[in-house]
Amino acid sequence: MADDKKSSSWLTSIRPRFNKVFGQQRETPDNLWHKCKKCSQMNFHRDLTAALYVCPNCNYHMRLGAKERLDSVFDRSDYRVIDLPDVTADPLRFRDEKKYTDRLRDARSKTQMKDAIIVGLGKVDDVDAVAVAQDFSFMGGSMGMATGEAIITAANLAVTKKAPLIIFAASGGARMQEGILSLMQLPRTTVAVNLVKEAGLPYIVVQTDPTTGGVSASYAMLGDIHISEPNATIGFAGKRVIEQTIREKLPDGFQTAEYLLEHGMVDMVVHRSQMKSTLSRVLRHLLKRGPAPEGAENDPLPLASPKPTNKPVDSASTGAEAEPPSPLLSTP
Amino acid sequence: MSTAYLDFEKPIADLEAKIADLKTLPGEGEAGAVNVKDEIVRLEAKAAAQLNDMYKRLTPWQKTQVARHPDRPHFIDYVNDLIEEFTPLAGDRGFGDDHAIVGGLGRFKGESVVVMGHEKGYDTETRLKHNFGMARPEGYRKAVRLMDMADRFGLPIITLVDTAGAYPGLGAEERGQAEAIARSTEKCLTISVPMISVVIGEGGSGGAISIASANAIGMLEHSTYAVISPEGCASILWRDSARAADAAAAMKVTAQDLKSLKIIDQIIAEPIGGAHRDPMRTISDTGRFIERALAAQHNKSPQELKAERRQKFLEMGRNLQIA
Repeated sequence: MADDKKSSSWLTSIRPRFNKVFGQQRETPDNLWHKCKKCSQMNFHRDLTAALYVCPNCNYHMRLGAKERLDSVFDRSDYRVIDLPDVTADPLRFRDEKKYTDRLRDARSKTQMKDAIIVGLGKVDDVDAVAVAQDFSFMGGSMGMATGEAIITAANLAVTKKAPLIIFAASGGARMQEGILSLMQLPRTTVAVNLVKEAGLPYIVVQTDPTTGGVSASYAMLGDIHISEPNATIGFAGKRVIEQTIREKLPDGFQTAEYLLEHGMVDMVVHRSQMKSTLSRVLRHLLKRGPAPEGAENDPLPLASPKPTNKPVDSASTGAEAEPPSPLLSTP
Repeated sequence: MSTAYLDFEKPIADLEAKIADLKTLPGEGEAGAVNVKDEIVRLEAKAAAQLNDMYKRLTPWQKTQVARHPDRPHFIDYVNDLIEEFTPLAGDRGFGDDHAIVGGLGRFKGESVVVMGHEKGYDTETRLKHNFGMARPEGYRKAVRLMDMADRFGLPIITLVDTAGAYPGLGAEERGQAEAIARSTEKCLTISVPMISVVIGEGGSGGAISIASANAIGMLEHSTYAVISPEGCASILWRDSARAADAAAAMKVTAQDLKSLKIIDQIIAEPIGGAHRDPMRTISDTGRFIERALAAQHNKSPQELKAERRQKFLEMGRNLQIA
């Protein structure tokens, strides 16, 4: 990358942020534009960041990194990142076509994260809260011992601080490379979130894309309130496995957030731009606090209203508050 | 004795077939008698030695096959031998009754208990009825119901695990398979009565842990317990389900592996050649494990039982000594 030094100054200034956004992709000027997977619209990266990675044209919710997720929910993007305990690395000495230790090393250098999860302590519209975010870009957000310890740490912190716990799930499921130890994270995380519930504190789960396998079969389905993002895949078994088992094609929209809403598994499907205000509202109700303070001073830094959409996603807006269009994409 | 041989048991099958042939020959004192007695004794000794040798060195993949052996004793066999006055209870009170998980009230060594487990069925008709031991949400919701009842009346819970996993079907997903599994695991970890689990065959992922988050966990010597089936793991990580043997080895699915990782408390020895060669003995040894495990929980308060069970799981994977 010898050319880097000769780059013009505008590129140099934008590069760090840009790298953060697009991970391992190289910084060719082409990548300043991001093509929406769904509608193919080219979006300028800065517009996309401002819209929290929701396509301004079609409302497609792209996956959000764990850090960006916590930035988007805590007031002024200000929160303490909690140190997480180290776990035994590669307890099974697992090797498939690649060594697990190599996969871990690659994921770490790609994401600059220790594992697929981070925990933050901060305020959501002035309510103290512990929030956990999983990151799909780190080995599919898979749940191993590190995830288990993170959730246990977060739960203990919530109990100590008498603060609610919010988990943003984003995971394909258990991390096979940790074998039975990854399966044991189902009961371990279940114990953890029960500590929060038994302390009389709210436990909110936000199911983002994807929330599947062992994650959906444990803490991600045990919340007091379940909120999901539009079109997120949520389910237990993989679609391919089901199709092979029942030998038929699955219906359109199977295992989407909207499908789960219809089947009573989640409370609501919420547009990302409304996620924070929705969380704030339910937390305030459960904690018997008054309404959130007026004004946008607590808004997270990157939050900005998405551009007006060409086609409304759903007409079922509650319209109860002066908010951008379609806060709740659909209500049960 | 079993007549269904596994692929790797071919040498034993040949020997035992030969022995059976010799035994059909006319015996001493009968017309045309040949003295084959010595030969039979010799071959039987040889077969026994080979079987012993083979079963001492089973690979993880071979153990997976033994754990799935069609003649392996099932939940129903254990209940018949170990539980008196078994009174099966049905239904999740919401949708239906799932025969993949069978459970009810019964008397174990004189004490009233709630007993439940996966039942795979033993022939085509019963296998279909029990959906090959792969439960749907109703099964886990029935389990929750039974655990709640046990908790209310202070009855110990015994669970026997034998499932390839939760059923991956359209209806199961529609009715909240993930939530049902999560709630069942949660119930295991919330109740205040003793809970003992034994993996008697396959411990398949979420479908297993949802009724096995117990105070004490035993595993039969050749049973397996894993986060995903070896075939599933192989098709994801190797993109080739034929690499199941490699996946079974890599995932460490055997009772011996789980004991050394401190996931389970005890291995229950099986007869040489596997549980199906002597079901009665396997079942009574399992009964002895359950009896001792229950006795060890006897003087504990409800609070202790719950707290210890939780702590046991919280400790799993911590301070692992990696060889």
